[in-house]
Amino acid sequence: MEKQWFTISVYSENNVGLLNRISGIFLKRHINIESLNVSKSEIDEVSKFTIVVNTTEKWVHNIVGQIEKQIEVIKAFYHTDDETIYQESALFKIASNLLFDERQIQNIIKENNSQIVTVARDFFVIAKTGRRHEIDEMHEELKPFGIMQFVRSGRISVTKDIMQITALLNEFQEHE
Amino acid sequence: MAQETPATIKISGAEAIIHCLLAEGVDLLYGYPGGAIMPVYDELYKFQDQLTHVLTRHEQGATHSAQGYARATGRVGVAMATSGPGATNLVTGLADAQIDSTPMVCITGQVPRHLLGSDAFQETDIIGISTPVTKWNHQITKAAEIPEVMAKAFYIAKSGRPGPVLVDITKNAQFEEFEFSYTPCKRVRSYNPTPKPDMKAIEAAAELINNAKKPYIVWGQGIILGKAEEQLKALVEKAGIPAAWTILGASALATDHPLNVGMVGMHGNYGPNILTNECDVLVAIGMRFDDRVTGSLDTYAKQAKVIHFEIDPAEVNKNVKADIAVLGDSKHTLELLLPLIDENKHEAWHQVFKEKYQIEFDAVIEKDIHPTKEGLTMGEVIEEINLASKNNAVIVTDVGQHQMIACRYAKFSESKSNITSGGLGTMGFALPAAIGAKMGMMEREVVAIIGDGGYQMTIQELGVIFQHQVPVKIVVLNNDHLGMVRQWQELFFDRRYASTVMVNPDFVKIAEGYHIEAKRVSERKDLKTAVETMMASDKPYFLEVKVEKEDNVFPMIPSGASVSDIRLK
Repeated sequence: MEKQWFTISVYSENNVGLLNRISGIFLKRHINIESLNVSKSEIDEVSKFTIVVNTTEKWVHNIVGQIEKQIEVIKAFYHTDDETIYQESALFKIASNLLFDERQIQNIIKENNSQIVTVARDFFVIAKTGRRHEIDEMHEELKPFGIMQFVRSGRISVTKDIMQITALLNEFQEHE
Repeated sequence: MAQETPATIKISGAEAIIHCLLAEGVDLLYGYPGGAIMPVYDELYKFQDQLTHVLTRHEQGATHSAQGYARATGRVGVAMATSGPGATNLVTGLADAQIDSTPMVCITGQVPRHLLGSDAFQETDIIGISTPVTKWNHQITKAAEIPEVMAKAFYIAKSGRPGPVLVDITKNAQFEEFEFSYTPCKRVRSYNPTPKPDMKAIEAAAELINNAKKPYIVWGQGIILGKAEEQLKALVEKAGIPAAWTILGASALATDHPLNVGMVGMHGNYGPNILTNECDVLVAIGMRFDDRVTGSLDTYAKQAKVIHFEIDPAEVNKNVKADIAVLGDSKHTLELLLPLIDENKHEAWHQVFKEKYQIEFDAVIEKDIHPTKEGLTMGEVIEEINLASKNNAVIVTDVGQHQMIACRYAKFSESKSNITSGGLGTMGFALPAAIGAKMGMMEREVVAIIGDGGYQMTIQELGVIFQHQVPVKIVVLNNDHLGMVRQWQELFFDRRYASTVMVNPDFVKIAEGYHIEAKRVSERKDLKTAVETMMASDKPYFLEVKVEKEDNVFPMIPSGASVSDIRLK
């Protein structure tokens, strides 16, 4: 079976230790987490993990089963890239003088639909939101000028199909 | 059943823990005291008329005793330890209980809240350490959290697919006073322990079974955990299906039942393994297709339609693709299935199993249990125990050759009679587990069968047997080797016996040092009487049997080979 990119979405309680429990499932299988984001979700007091991995469908099925089995996990799903809408964010910190000395930088900012979020005496910061390859391309374009700092967030994604987490929570409540 | 205590009273966290245990029906627990758990031990002293605490000689022994108790009774086993090394010594037992789905609650003391993360004396991150080997774990830092967390711990340990839970309680929470009231846990909103059965899947399963020409059942511990022994028997008899068991499923159906065809797996029976690849419908019930059961997955039951009855959705399609998956509690799903099943006999198919059995009997079994060579075999010892116990002992085994031989030849007439470390393969399991099994079922005869290697891993628990006069029977099958590893060295490593030869102490003297009656047998003529004397004793009893040093366990599916390639020699 061929490796491909999968986005795993996990709806869970917001408890101490759950991140450790979930990351341990990847560790046990010697599978690297490509990116990880944890945030609140559309439901009050329910957290959402978005985890990106490059593996086979057999393994992602196995992993999602193990994640969902954890007591404090409400539901876990996996999707391929074309089943989700996804984005990442990146920040580039660059020396301020380059903004004036290198005209090309302003073009790169415009062409990449990115924004300058702050300008200080010594540096300025560009924010870029987009797909991984778009951020990678912008990184390549800026690299020759010197990047003081670079950071990219984990992927965040929403699925194209409906996520009936609220209905599921109600169903669990009815169970004896 | 868990009791509700509505009236609120102001008590310490330590006392609250005792009340939680009592409310959950606990009357016996195993453990070892230490600094960070001392307030709870102080309360145990006050409540000793209601709650028996057994001081094991090592915390690992406490977990295995709690496991033995749980496996024999079906109730939650409880173990307690202090922080730091006390807590880390629980890890092997937790891992064993996790992989073998044993309901257990472990309670550990922890340094006070304000010292967490300071590398205080005997501080260890037991939550972090135990996470991969627990069904759930939780750290309590305030006394007020105790009732809810303890209730949740017991509920999670025993519901759905059971497993171990660890509750870590900081010392300040044990001292703190609060208004106590207890409500048993009935649900956790993010946790669905038992999936609802899908009637369509059950109907499809029935249709496959009814149309099968060569159906074959392999059941596992899910039958015992689901209390579905009667339903399994009814299915086997109504549909006339030959049925085999995994090591943890042993004893769910009596050994002498005509449709019980034996054990699957690496050292299982010949027919049950080889015919896995000849059946047309494989009905797997409450088992998880462990690699020791399936051998190479590429050649496992490829010709068959697979029906998988399973409570844990994560097990479905994990190792073997199921054509039909029936999720749910085994008792419930089998009850729904039974009325849809046509009566059948499958006599010709059953005859094939009988023929394979005869091949195995001639090549292996006869020589194992009725040997003519000089040295004693492990098989003949098990056979003597069968005879002396009238096939009705609880057999607790350790890990290795003796375990495989005991599981192959021990005869069972009641469920929950085979207690062994199946998934983790924990040497040192049997002696403490036998203590727990016996204390949970004083009315039954409990025989621990242990190799000379594993025995020395937890031999200190003889102290518990002596102090509490636990009338277990201990049989050490001594071949002066780590026999199973030696067997692999003989077969796959050109007889290079690296670190598998054991120079053993005088086991009889050691037992006698603990004032346990002890005997050694090394000749066939003395075996029967020795076993009978042991079984007739109403006290703890130790029997060492000197067996042939270099015997091998057969049949055998070499690691990674197909079930079809099972070797008889």
